[in-house]
Amino acid sequence: MEKTWNNKAWFLVTPVLLLVAFSAVIPLMTVVNYSVQDTFGNNEFFWAGTDWFVQMLHSSRFWDALVRNLIFSFVILLIEIPLGIFIALNMPKHGIGVPVCLVLMALPLLIPWNVVGTIWQVFGRVDIGLLGHALEAIGIDYNYVRNPSDAWATVILMDVWHWTSLVVLLCYAGLVSIPDAYYQAAKIDGASRWAVFRYIQLPKMKRVLLIAVLLRFMDSFMIYTEPFVVTGGGPGNSTTFLSIDLVKMAIGQFDLGPAAAMSIIYFLIILLMSWVFYTVMTSSDADA
Amino acid sequence: MAANPKYKPAGNLSWLVCTLYIVFLLLPIYWLVNMSFKENSEITGAFALWPHSPTLRNYTVIFTDPSWYNGYINSIIYVALNTLISVSAALPAAYAFSRYRFLGDKHLFFWLLTNRMAPPAVFALPFFQLYSAFGLIDTHIAVALAHCLFNVPLAVWILEGFMSGVPKEIDETAYIDGYSFPRFFVKIFMPLIASGIGVAGFFCFMFSWVELLLARTLTTTAAKPISAIMTRTVSAAGMDWGVLAAAGVLTIVPGALVIYFVRNYIAKGFALGRV
Amino acid sequence: MARITLDHIRHAYGPNPSSEKDYALREVDHEWEDGGAYALLGPSGCGKTTLLNIISGLLHPSHGRILFGGKDVTDLSTQERNIAQVFQFPVIYDTMTVYDNLAFPLRNRNVPEAEVDRRVRDMLEIIDLADWSNRKAQRLTADQKQKISLGRGLVRNDVNAILFDEPLTVIDPHMKWVLRSQLKRLHKQFGFTMVYVTHDQTEALTFADKVVVMFEGEIVQIGTPAELFERPRHTFVGYFIGSPGMNVLPARLEGSNAHVGAQAVALDHAPDVKAGDRIEIGIRPEFIRIGREGMPVRISRVEDIGRHRIVRAEFEGQPIAIVSAEGEDIPAEARISFDPSAVNIYANSWRIGAKV
Repeated sequence: MEKTWNNKAWFLVTPVLLLVAFSAVIPLMTVVNYSVQDTFGNNEFFWAGTDWFVQMLHSSRFWDALVRNLIFSFVILLIEIPLGIFIALNMPKHGIGVPVCLVLMALPLLIPWNVVGTIWQVFGRVDIGLLGHALEAIGIDYNYVRNPSDAWATVILMDVWHWTSLVVLLCYAGLVSIPDAYYQAAKIDGASRWAVFRYIQLPKMKRVLLIAVLLRFMDSFMIYTEPFVVTGGGPGNSTTFLSIDLVKMAIGQFDLGPAAAMSIIYFLIILLMSWVFYTVMTSSDADA
Repeated sequence: MAANPKYKPAGNLSWLVCTLYIVFLLLPIYWLVNMSFKENSEITGAFALWPHSPTLRNYTVIFTDPSWYNGYINSIIYVALNTLISVSAALPAAYAFSRYRFLGDKHLFFWLLTNRMAPPAVFALPFFQLYSAFGLIDTHIAVALAHCLFNVPLAVWILEGFMSGVPKEIDETAYIDGYSFPRFFVKIFMPLIASGIGVAGFFCFMFSWVELLLARTLTTTAAKPISAIMTRTVSAAGMDWGVLAAAGVLTIVPGALVIYFVRNYIAKGFALGRV
Repeated sequence: MARITLDHIRHAYGPNPSSEKDYALREVDHEWEDGGAYALLGPSGCGKTTLLNIISGLLHPSHGRILFGGKDVTDLSTQERNIAQVFQFPVIYDTMTVYDNLAFPLRNRNVPEAEVDRRVRDMLEIIDLADWSNRKAQRLTADQKQKISLGRGLVRNDVNAILFDEPLTVIDPHMKWVLRSQLKRLHKQFGFTMVYVTHDQTEALTFADKVVVMFEGEIVQIGTPAELFERPRHTFVGYFIGSPGMNVLPARLEGSNAHVGAQAVALDHAPDVKAGDRIEIGIRPEFIRIGREGMPVRISRVEDIGRHRIVRAEFEGQPIAIVSAEGEDIPAEARISFDPSAVNIYANSWRIGAKV
């Protein structure tokens, strides 16, 4: 659609601007303020310059959390995206099955995050949980409280349970928007099932898939509540992701300076990645 | 109809894939429901796939103790407030983005989206101090405003997608017919994008309802959300698993109700949300 | 290339059709010649797309058989029937180049790559897209995309038939002419059987050897454009074809005269009617003469559309349209006369011939 140039449109954007300024800009300035100062309590602050940033970038604690978080995001993308596409391809297109599938699949998305954590905390326990009990019954030694790899498996399985439906719904929305004529033409052209997927369904899903990857990457990069409830970041620090570490530092230990510096680095990483995704997405839109 | 095997839809295993996935999704939820109908002694004592002596005790505890059921009321109040604020602020902005070009529009849109990407953990502490300064700590409006951080950009994004689908000629015709902008917007434009407003509202509800970190940081007692109250059972003498499970089940109910009402718009809403 | 036989085809979309109304396609029993160009013409919802999809194999008919060149293909899939189809909206594979789009149906059939290359290059020449062969298909205009859809059908030189489902709907008017004449040329060159669905009578009449007019799930007439014009078998064909359509007037028959109101219309034959039939006469506006002689009419409006004028008038209380040549005198007290050989008689909407 051709848009007209009109700077009065700023009036329409003002409410959003004020709201977001209050809930984003002012807090962000506070963070920046803390990140360059030091305090010994009593509201006395000293100029610390870039000390906190240097300290952060040299701390193995930060890098460990970052690497753990990147591995986590990468693993869940690798599972959730293909699984989501696969399930969306198998969803019914008409009839009573559609609302049933949609409602049941959307259910995990609507559960408060700490309840998700609680559900899995219970579900995985060997003494009272179905999963833990079942694994023990078939002879697998499983304990997410003691064993780091079990903790990882639980957290990843929980995230797959919680968020794959988002990918499914996005892909499904992309799939149902493909006109029937494409499938009919493909039949006439003698295309195989794979060719239909590769040349019709995948290209038509490209945009929603990019959105899915973006959302899942960002959200898994910020994950806090669910693993915190299940493992509390443990055993040891094995499931301490960036957000968990940050909250520990800021609210648990009240290390405002380092926490603020970490916040800013953290936010910059996310900003950079959003920008890359946004550029890729808008340029692929221009192609269409 | 003449029976012809070749005309059956391809992939007869489709229903199996969907069923398996749904079973996987429902199992943990079933387990929670199962526990919520058991006595604590049964939960920890014997392992059972269904409650052998079903009890409503856990639900009775929640519905008779004000510190429990107030949590629900608090959550619903701030979620409703947030949905209302987010959607009403996003409507004019989305209209501006969908219809006009203006100085800095692209940067503004991107900047809004980055707030959707901002980790709440980064904001927890500054929010606490900011709202303390305004004396808003432990009020519903504080949480509602804080959740605008990620809900307003999302609502703008979704509504912009729906609005771009409405031909511009409709606006022009209305102006020629002598409608003022506010009257046109409320009387003509909003009914046209009613489903978009529904979808945006649904997503705002969803993200505000499931968020805990900010909601917990900004409340102490008077506006504490149900999900934060749940953590209480952990510190109590021994673990009250039954009540915890019942509270968990109850937090799933509002979400399930909301999805049921918007089920026909879900697919559409996802398709139209664009960058 | 093949003769298409439609053997008592009926189709209902619902699972248990009980009355005639449940059938989207009532009963079709026809034979279409090899190499013919057929246009399926009719208003929306008349069953023409249903019939097309049954021929292509995308739908399986509830009853009846389809034969290609005498071979029963009712139970064969679209792919096995070896037909091509061009849809209303161009279907192209966005991510492929123009060249790959055309090669796609051949590669799916494991045609050797050298042969693929030869045929695709030929086809690129034929549809005038040789300069575009390495371009991504999604950037093209609607008519170029539609040409690719067509090319994907033609590139398989052994297709039994090519089916068109309103293929020019999304094309600009001036490009429609170009594409239509290209299509006609290709049809002459390759001699494939062609079935063309449209609701536009000009498109059908200029394009096809035989026009198949459909109405409410039935084929009401198959004929050359001239037959449809002069001898519509059903009053619907009379209305639908021609602009303005045929005048249909309720009448009474007495020997070889038809009475419309108080006026007697002379016929050139005595029609074979049964008592109790609902009788109407049909006369095309082109075969009514207006002047100072004949039966009186009251003129309500004259539309000048260039080469001729359309006179809207009232004849015995019935609205009637008359085509009058440019420059012909239209008197105030106008009278009309019908060309007896151009008057068709309809009993219960179906045309009847002379008594034998």
